[in-house]
Amino acid sequence: MAAVTEAPPLAPAPEKKPPRKRGRFTPYWLLLPGILWLLIFFAAPMIYQASTSVQTGSLEEGYKVTWHFATYWDALSSYWPQFLRSVFYAASATVLCLLLGYPLAYLIAFRAGRWRNLIMILVIAPFFTSFLIRTLAWKTILADNGPVVHTLNSLHILSLTDWLGWTAGDRVLATPLAVVCGLTYNFLPFMILPLYTSLERIDGRLHEAAGDLYAKPFTTFRKVTFPLSMPGVVSGTLLTFIPAAGDYVNAELLGSTDTRMVGNVIQAQFLRVLDYPTAAALSFILMAAILLMVTFYIRRSGTEDLV
Amino acid sequence: MEQYEPDRLSPAVAAAVRRSYRNGRAAMTRRSLLRASAGGALAVGGLAALSGCGIPAAGKTQGGVSADDHSAKEKVVNFSNWPEYIDVDDSGKHHPTLDTFRTRTGITVKYTEDINDNDEFFGKIQPQLAAGQDTGRDLVVLTDWLAARMVRLGYVQKLDASNLPHAFANLSDQFRSPDWDPGRAYSYVWQGISTVVAYNKKALDGVEVKSVSDLLDNPALKGRVGLLTEMRDTVGMTMLDMGLDPAKFSDDDYDKVIARIQKAVDKGQIRRFTGNDYTSDLSKGDLAACIAWGGDIVQLQSDNPDVAYVIPDSGYMTSTDNLMIPNKARHKTNAERLIDFYYEPEPAAQLSAYVNYVSPVADVKPYLAKIDKSAADNPLILPDKAMQAKSVAFRALSSKEETAYQAKFTKLTGA
Repeated sequence: MAAVTEAPPLAPAPEKKPPRKRGRFTPYWLLLPGILWLLIFFAAPMIYQASTSVQTGSLEEGYKVTWHFATYWDALSSYWPQFLRSVFYAASATVLCLLLGYPLAYLIAFRAGRWRNLIMILVIAPFFTSFLIRTLAWKTILADNGPVVHTLNSLHILSLTDWLGWTAGDRVLATPLAVVCGLTYNFLPFMILPLYTSLERIDGRLHEAAGDLYAKPFTTFRKVTFPLSMPGVVSGTLLTFIPAAGDYVNAELLGSTDTRMVGNVIQAQFLRVLDYPTAAALSFILMAAILLMVTFYIRRSGTEDLV
Repeated sequence: MEQYEPDRLSPAVAAAVRRSYRNGRAAMTRRSLLRASAGGALAVGGLAALSGCGIPAAGKTQGGVSADDHSAKEKVVNFSNWPEYIDVDDSGKHHPTLDTFRTRTGITVKYTEDINDNDEFFGKIQPQLAAGQDTGRDLVVLTDWLAARMVRLGYVQKLDASNLPHAFANLSDQFRSPDWDPGRAYSYVWQGISTVVAYNKKALDGVEVKSVSDLLDNPALKGRVGLLTEMRDTVGMTMLDMGLDPAKFSDDDYDKVIARIQKAVDKGQIRRFTGNDYTSDLSKGDLAACIAWGGDIVQLQSDNPDVAYVIPDSGYMTSTDNLMIPNKARHKTNAERLIDFYYEPEPAAQLSAYVNYVSPVADVKPYLAKIDKSAADNPLILPDKAMQAKSVAFRALSSKEETAYQAKFTKLTGA
C-alpha cells in the first residue's frame, strides 16, 4: 500500500560525521521493525477499510471513493438493534465471567496450595482445542432432548427464563441465553488469567494486618483485596468485553434469527450481500463505539496501569 | 495505586515543568512547528491514500483471460474442491478416480479441499481475479449462482470443446443449457443437487410434513424448523409452494415470498438459518424438519434410519456445482482433460457411488448398479423421469437483482 512507502525516510548514518552524532538514529533503527509491522498489518488495512467505507459502486463497475459518508448513517439506522444487542450480550457475558472467574482466581491465588498449577492448566486447557469445536460441543450439551435441558425443564427453571424472555419454549439452544452462555464460556479464561496475576501479587501479610485491625473477612475483601485487584478486574473485563462484542461465532451457532450480533451483520454484508462499504462502515462504527466505551470505563475506574 | 496528581508535585518540580513549557523541550519552536506541519502533510497524504484505494471494475473480456498454457511441460492440474466431494479409498488417503486419471494421462492432480462456502471462497479469490492475477488454481467447483456471477464478471475462461468429447456427448439433458451459460461454454457440472424437505421421524412424533407450508405454518413444529442460508434454495422452495415459478418471477413475487417467510420467522417458527450444519441438528432431532440437500440426506440415512425426506407435490429445486477454469490458470488443457475424464461413465459411477449427489452423466445407471445397486435405485442420486419433471432451477439474476434480493433475504435471517 501507499502508506508503507510513506515511512519516514531513514537516512543511514553518514560516515563522515563524528561518532557522537551517529547515535541519534539508533532509537529509530530499533523502532523500525515495530513501526513497519504496525504500518503493514495495522495502518494499511485500516486505511484500506476506511477508504472502502466511503466508496460506492458495484463489482461490475468497480468501487470508487465518492466520500459517501451517508453509508455510516444508513448502516447505523438499519442495524442499531444488532449494535445494542451486541453491547448487551457482551456486557452480560462480562459480568457473568467476573462472577464466575473472581472466586476461581481467588481460590487459585490464595487457597490452591500444591494444586495451583493443576488448576491453572485446567483453566487454560480448553484453548488446546479449536474455538469452533468447543462451541459446537455446547450444541450437544444443550440439545433439546439432552439431560441438561430435561433437568432444567423438570425444575421449571426454563419456564422462569422463558417468562424473562431469555429462552423460548422448553429449549435453551437458539435463544439469547445460549448465546450469552456461549460467550461467557469462551471468554472466561481471559477473565481468570489477569485476575489471577493481580491477586497473586497481593502480599499475604496485608490480609493478616487487616485481621489484626479487627477487619472481618468480608471487610478485608472489600477494603483490601478487591481494591488491590482492580487492575486485574479492569484488564479482565476489557479482554472479555472487547472480543465478545465483536464475536459472531456464538450467535451464529447457538443463536437464532433474533439473537444476531453486529459481527454477524458485518460477515453477512461483506460475504453474502457483497456490500463492502456498509460492512466497512459497520466495522468502523463498532471500533469507535468500543473505543469510546473503553475510554470512559478506564477513566471511571481510574486505573492507568492496567496489569 | 499510584496516580498522577499534579498537586503532589513539589514546588521546585512544578516550576521546572512550567519552565519546560515556555522554553524547554515542550516549547513551541521553529522545529516543532515544522514537525507539526509535517504531521499535517502526512494526514493530507493519508486522505489521498484513502481516495487512492478502490476496487477496479471487473474485466469485461468475454471468454476470460488466458495465460500461457503450461500443460504440455508441467503435467499437473491444481484442483480446488469442497470437502468430502470425491471418492476416497479405504485408507482414506487416495482418491481412486484421480489415481486412474494419472496412470492414464500421466497428469498429477494436486487436489485441495479448500472451498467451504461459496461466498467465502469468492471473497478469497475475487481480489486476485479483479487484479488480473493467477489464483494458483486450474479448476474450481462452484455452485451455479456463483458460477453465473463468475461468467458475468469475466473471471473464467471459455472451454475448448475439442478437449471435451465425452463431456459433450454424455452430459445429461437436464443440465445441458442453464440460462447463465447456454450450451455450457464455460462450465461443466460436477454434481447436481436436489433440494428437498427432510424430517426426523422420531422428533416429528406423528406430525405429518409434506410441503414447505407445513414447515412454515404447523404450530406443532414451532422453533424446530430449519431453513437454508442459501437464498435460492429457501426462497425457491417457498416460491414453488406458493405456486410461483422460480425460473421466471418478478420483484413483486420475490417480495411476497420474503413476506411469507418473515411471518414464520416472526412467529418463532424458524429455529435457525443454516449452512451444511443442519445435518447434525436434524440427526439429533433438534430440528424436526427442514429444507435439506439430497446428498446429505442419503448420507444421514445410512447412519440414522429416523431421517427421511419428501419431495413436495409443488416441485423441488435443482442446482448444480460446476467445474470452471479461472482466468490465468497455468494448466488449462490438463484441467479440460480432467473434466472430460469425469464424464466417462465408469469414473462418474465411482464418484456418484461415493458422494451420493446427482450424477450429471446420462446413462450412468448400469455402471453405478455394478458398484452399488441401492444407490442406482435411489432417486436422490439418479432422479427418475417422474422426479425430473418436478425439478426447477432458479433463474439467473442480474448483478443488481442479486444484491437487492440477497440484502432482503439476509435481513430475514436477522442480519
